[in-house]
Amino acid sequence: MLLKSLKKQKNELANSQRQLELLSNGVFETGELPKFSAQLASLKQFPLKPKTLEILQINIGYMCNQVCAHCHVDAGPDRKEIMTRETMQQCLDVIKKTGAHTLDLTGGAPEMNPEFRWFVEEATKIGVKDFIVRSNLTIITANKKYYDLPDFFKKHNIHVISSMPHWTKGKTDKQRGDGVFNASIKALKMLNAVGYGMPGSELKLDLVYNPSGAFLPGDQAALESDFKKALLSDFSIQFHELFSITNLPISRFLDYLIASENYEDYMYSLVEAFNPEAVGNVMCTNTLSVSWDGWLYDCDFNQMLELKVDSTVQHISEFDKDALENRTICISQHCYGCTAGAGSSCQGTVT
Amino acid sequence: MSKSYYDPSDLKKFGNITEWNEELGGKFFDYYGKVFEEGALTAREKSLIALAVSHVVKCPYCIDAYTQDGLQRGITKEEMMEAVHAGAAIESGATLVHSVQMMNKYKKLSM
Ligand code: SF4
Ligand code: SF4
Repeated sequence: MLLKSLKKQKNELANSQRQLELLSNGVFETGELPKFSAQLASLKQFPLKPKTLEILQINIGYMCNQVCAHCHVDAGPDRKEIMTRETMQQCLDVIKKTGAHTLDLTGGAPEMNPEFRWFVEEATKIGVKDFIVRSNLTIITANKKYYDLPDFFKKHNIHVISSMPHWTKGKTDKQRGDGVFNASIKALKMLNAVGYGMPGSELKLDLVYNPSGAFLPGDQAALESDFKKALLSDFSIQFHELFSITNLPISRFLDYLIASENYEDYMYSLVEAFNPEAVGNVMCTNTLSVSWDGWLYDCDFNQMLELKVDSTVQHISEFDKDALENRTICISQHCYGCTAGAGSSCQGTVT
Repeated sequence: MSKSYYDPSDLKKFGNITEWNEELGGKFFDYYGKVFEEGALTAREKSLIALAVSHVVKCPYCIDAYTQDGLQRGITKEEMMEAVHAGAAIESGATLVHSVQMMNKYKKLSM
């Protein structure tokens, strides 16, 4: 089990430049596998351009109570990057003027940001249609001060999306850490108790599944039905939808792929599963990602690779919708993770 | 040429068998694809059957392929191992049931 982030370990993969080099070398340099840009060019979709902005995803800090083995954020208790109230205010100003219908708060564990509740309260007043908080579940049971989170979410009609790699303890703890499964079950029960995830309930509770290893996710609908059956019969837990998400080869997952000698095979499976239909709907075509310090990215993955938006406007404080919608999306071979099979985004499949 | 009979990367080239006989190769892959579609049995159940048979016919390519397929479907290692035991039990049963023939023959030839 991991205890420290790659950054804290001073692992070379904490360096985004090194990750980008790796993603362009080897099988992609020799031409054994085609680069993502070449695939797009053959579909006449290069360069990749965004459509209308619909989702603003804000990463309010890399601090997390967990240190999951696959984490693309390289989050953990040792990460100190946290969004300030000043940057949050800049985000609020932007939310007011964009037409984005979805606000998506992520981290780390967003609840660990000391200004989290203030931000949620202020953002609720603006009235976006869908206000998502990505909660890792265990935070709810981690400390007394978080026990009331289910009520807090309910009060503000937050759409809760949580990760759950499997319906069995063994697989969950292997990916997310010892004790994570039991704590997650407890948190899900607390959420169910206030109405989250119940059939017909307006309080939306969705789960995110991502594979615990070097393989692609299976069929989303089949997995959803297996998860539902198992969680209901074993723990009387209910939830709404399951989103299956492909692990992208960056950060800790990339480190794992290389250390376990799965990197090449994994890239082969991603490229083999390339689905041209997914290209038009990849997440970056309708989403912008904001980092804890206010910089703008095409997606949370590009944020971790430190690939800022290719635009005259790069910071939330100078937000300009038209300039941003005219940008070209920054891509590399990690993008194959978004176009494999049925496609993958923070809202699950895209086809 | 590789020095060993099995090379994991050959699995990726499986589709190339159609190059030397397009008609039969094509028919085989159509049939194969159809067999594993959701039907009276779920695709998940078929994946476990395929895993068990892979062991019985001792095909390393199929074992790799259906272990990965099972993982993708969320099949647990307990389910996978039970499937392999089901295959192994039939295989050893098939061996052992022949011992009835041995017993018959033995009795016939003995005074
Ligand atoms: S809970 Fe989420 S943010 Fe935290 S370490 Fe795990 S994957 Fe990363
Ligand atoms: S990784 Fe980001 S930039 Fe690449 S396709 Fe996916 S969402 Fe778009």
